[in-house]
Amino acid sequence: MAVAAGQATPQIEAENPLTAGLERLPVAPTTLVIFGATGDLARRKLLPALYNLAHDGALPERFHLVGVARKEKAHEDYRKECEEAIRRFSRRKPDDEVLRILLENVKYVPGTFDDESVYSELHKLLGEFEEKAGEPLNRAFYLATDPSFFGVIVEALGRSDLAHHEHAQVRVIIEKPFGTSLEEARELNRRVLAIFEESQVFRIDHYLGKETVQNMMAFRFANGMFEPLWNRNFIDYVQITAGEDIGIGTRAEYYDKSGALRDLIQNHMLQLLCHVAMEPPVSFTAEEVRNEKVKVLQAVHQPTPAEIPHMAVRAQYTAGHAGGEDVPGYLEEDGVPPDSRTETYAALRLEVDNWRWAGVPFYLRTGKRLARKLTEIAVTLKPVPHLAFDQAGSLGVRPNQLVLTIQPNEGVSLSLVAKIPGTRMAIRPVNMEFLYGTSFLSQSPEAYERLITDAMRGDATLFTRNDEVEAQWRICDPIVKFWASTKDGMAHYEAGSQGPEEAERLLREGHGWRAL
Amino acid sequence: MARTDAVWSEQGTTPDAIEGALRDLLVQRHAEDDKYVPARVLNMIAFVDREWTGEIANRLRGVGRYSPSRLLVLAYEPRRERLDARVSIVSEGEPARGEFGLLRETVVVELGERHLDDLVTIADPLVVTDLPTLLWSPHGHWDIVEVLLALSQAVLIDSIEEPVWRDALDRACGLVSEAYVVDLAWLRSIPWRERVAAAFDPPQRRPELRAIERVILRHHAASTVSAMLFAGWLSSRLGWQPSPLVLQGKQLLGKAHASRQDVALRLEAAPLDVPGLEGLTIGTASGRELSLDRGPGGLHARSREPRGVERTWRIPGASRGEGGILGEGIRQALLRDPAYVPALKAAEAMLP
Repeated sequence: MAVAAGQATPQIEAENPLTAGLERLPVAPTTLVIFGATGDLARRKLLPALYNLAHDGALPERFHLVGVARKEKAHEDYRKECEEAIRRFSRRKPDDEVLRILLENVKYVPGTFDDESVYSELHKLLGEFEEKAGEPLNRAFYLATDPSFFGVIVEALGRSDLAHHEHAQVRVIIEKPFGTSLEEARELNRRVLAIFEESQVFRIDHYLGKETVQNMMAFRFANGMFEPLWNRNFIDYVQITAGEDIGIGTRAEYYDKSGALRDLIQNHMLQLLCHVAMEPPVSFTAEEVRNEKVKVLQAVHQPTPAEIPHMAVRAQYTAGHAGGEDVPGYLEEDGVPPDSRTETYAALRLEVDNWRWAGVPFYLRTGKRLARKLTEIAVTLKPVPHLAFDQAGSLGVRPNQLVLTIQPNEGVSLSLVAKIPGTRMAIRPVNMEFLYGTSFLSQSPEAYERLITDAMRGDATLFTRNDEVEAQWRICDPIVKFWASTKDGMAHYEAGSQGPEEAERLLREGHGWRAL
Repeated sequence: MARTDAVWSEQGTTPDAIEGALRDLLVQRHAEDDKYVPARVLNMIAFVDREWTGEIANRLRGVGRYSPSRLLVLAYEPRRERLDARVSIVSEGEPARGEFGLLRETVVVELGERHLDDLVTIADPLVVTDLPTLLWSPHGHWDIVEVLLALSQAVLIDSIEEPVWRDALDRACGLVSEAYVVDLAWLRSIPWRERVAAAFDPPQRRPELRAIERVILRHHAASTVSAMLFAGWLSSRLGWQPSPLVLQGKQLLGKAHASRQDVALRLEAAPLDVPGLEGLTIGTASGRELSLDRGPGGLHARSREPRGVERTWRIPGASRGEGGILGEGIRQALLRDPAYVPALKAAEAMLP
């Protein structure tokens, strides 16, 4: 039905009436500046993501890309590097014409990140883009460098008058890890927020860009059947697993400084915990969702040194077999110091001390070179109070388990108990499975495509807020420090196995780690 | 690469036998290799002239991952007496280690005029219960569409394929009251609508939407409906009161009444190899003008400021091709676009 003349126009300033029904909302004209433009992240993830956005016609109407890195090279050389990276890592075969148009607007600025001339060159380039466009362009600075440069770059942006723009939005996107300790995270937040407003800062946790993680909120808050059970009265324990079957590959230098706890638990896995445990937000705005997640993190008991040996386990893999091949142990991997005390496996038992979750343990585990690649959340319900069936003829009777698989085979599975056909009333568990792949036609975009678009649009829902990062560190920091202070307590597990036996000691009676 | 995994066929068959064969083939395929599971997203019923079944199969092959999970092709040959059927189950090649592979089913039923009275009872057992069903009748047969709407939640049309565009709009207006309509003529304009929405999205530009006084739409000679739907979209979203257009040579000219001024509309055929829009120009009362034109690898944009400064640039975006448009149509059957019906009604009000 046509709207009568004059009815829609009063709303024009408040809301763009042309966006109704469009799946992709407009992104304002933007210049994206990538610091660390020749690094692995830029080559493998960011540039292919930008190409795929261009392919889908999802980049802003006017878009410029500027790469900043140490090495001296001409714009044209950098464009060639971008093209190579896109051709190699893009999820779809590039269209030559689309690629050519994208690369036309790519520039390169060489220099070290503390070199003031880099920023004056950036200032000049950004001004030229605006002059050519005849309008102010939003600016997004993507810090894809070694974390030690985050503060340096942010402060240089501030000194160079690049952190604010009278007529356009300026945003800074900061890769993980956001600090390697609570003190570092606080200090980095202090340095960043001395230059930028929090609303300008987009801290990346690429797990939040995954469709299945986002879907957890739809699963919990759009289905009436789960929420009534989603509390301490019905849930016995929650188990979050992020297992990898591969080793550290060529990442020894990074990984040996980080370890499993900092690499995965402090960020991704605590975010998954938040999604399981958070209260329904009032609305799905960035602030409301993040408020609820912070409440969960603040409710997680901060372990004392005396408690840590009882609630945390660390381990390193030893030589073993994976994928039908002999593989070396962590200490034999290229680039790993032979006396390294870095954990390749970490398991925690956490408690969320609030009304909903009091007394329910949340078991988190992650590791390299485990039996399988698997990321899942398993919610185990309490057993029925009395089982009247024939236990002798029954098989593996256990409480209902709801498993949300993030990868591979994204889906939801619910274990139920059913009668074994026959004359006896014997029972065994069966699974009711839902697989995303069978129920949707669309292919999920890469997490970075979503995150880059959201950052350019200024939607921070899928990014981590300053207090969220600090709350994550508040939980992990005592464990990091305790493990650094002692040589004791490093367990070992064979590559390709389920992990160390010592992880069993975290479990309460009747609980068990799910098989990988 | 799609791989046909299992096939069954029978001449002189019944819906019951076909449905039983489908179940048996799935059980057999799963027993052979349990990493394959049937996709359960969408049924699609395609009612086609039998002699064009191959052409329709080719078009559907081009939709890639947007294939319906169960496709029921009712291949019509008026004088056919016997019901013949062929069932095939296809997988998308070998799944990656640890992942599931998806199976899609295609059922082709060859039928004649004598079966039309019982068409619903033939088709009903062959669609997956509880899945949404999309109906497509690319060769017309609107009387059959009326019948099969009883089994469908959405109907796929392509308004530019109607020989007379007035009929196309009338048809679409009739269908929207009975089912959710996915119109490929509307979907072809998605990139144009996105770009125009983006051009006026910055808050400082939004007030210019009130000042639009001129819209020129350049379209493929056979895609007048696409241009009318686009003009209808602008009218309905911006609160213009459209009035009938006048045909002058190869152009449709007319006006829409906006709150501040009249908007001159011009729809003109342009040389173009592919269906849909070729370009557009939007001018405002302040003297600002924006043009977008189709080009290789995306759109060519041109803006002119009130003082005459002109700027040109390119906006990347790959063409989806007609296979991609059809795939998008199948995908859209699972969504709901609130902008189509108002745009259609406004376009109807512009009919000469």
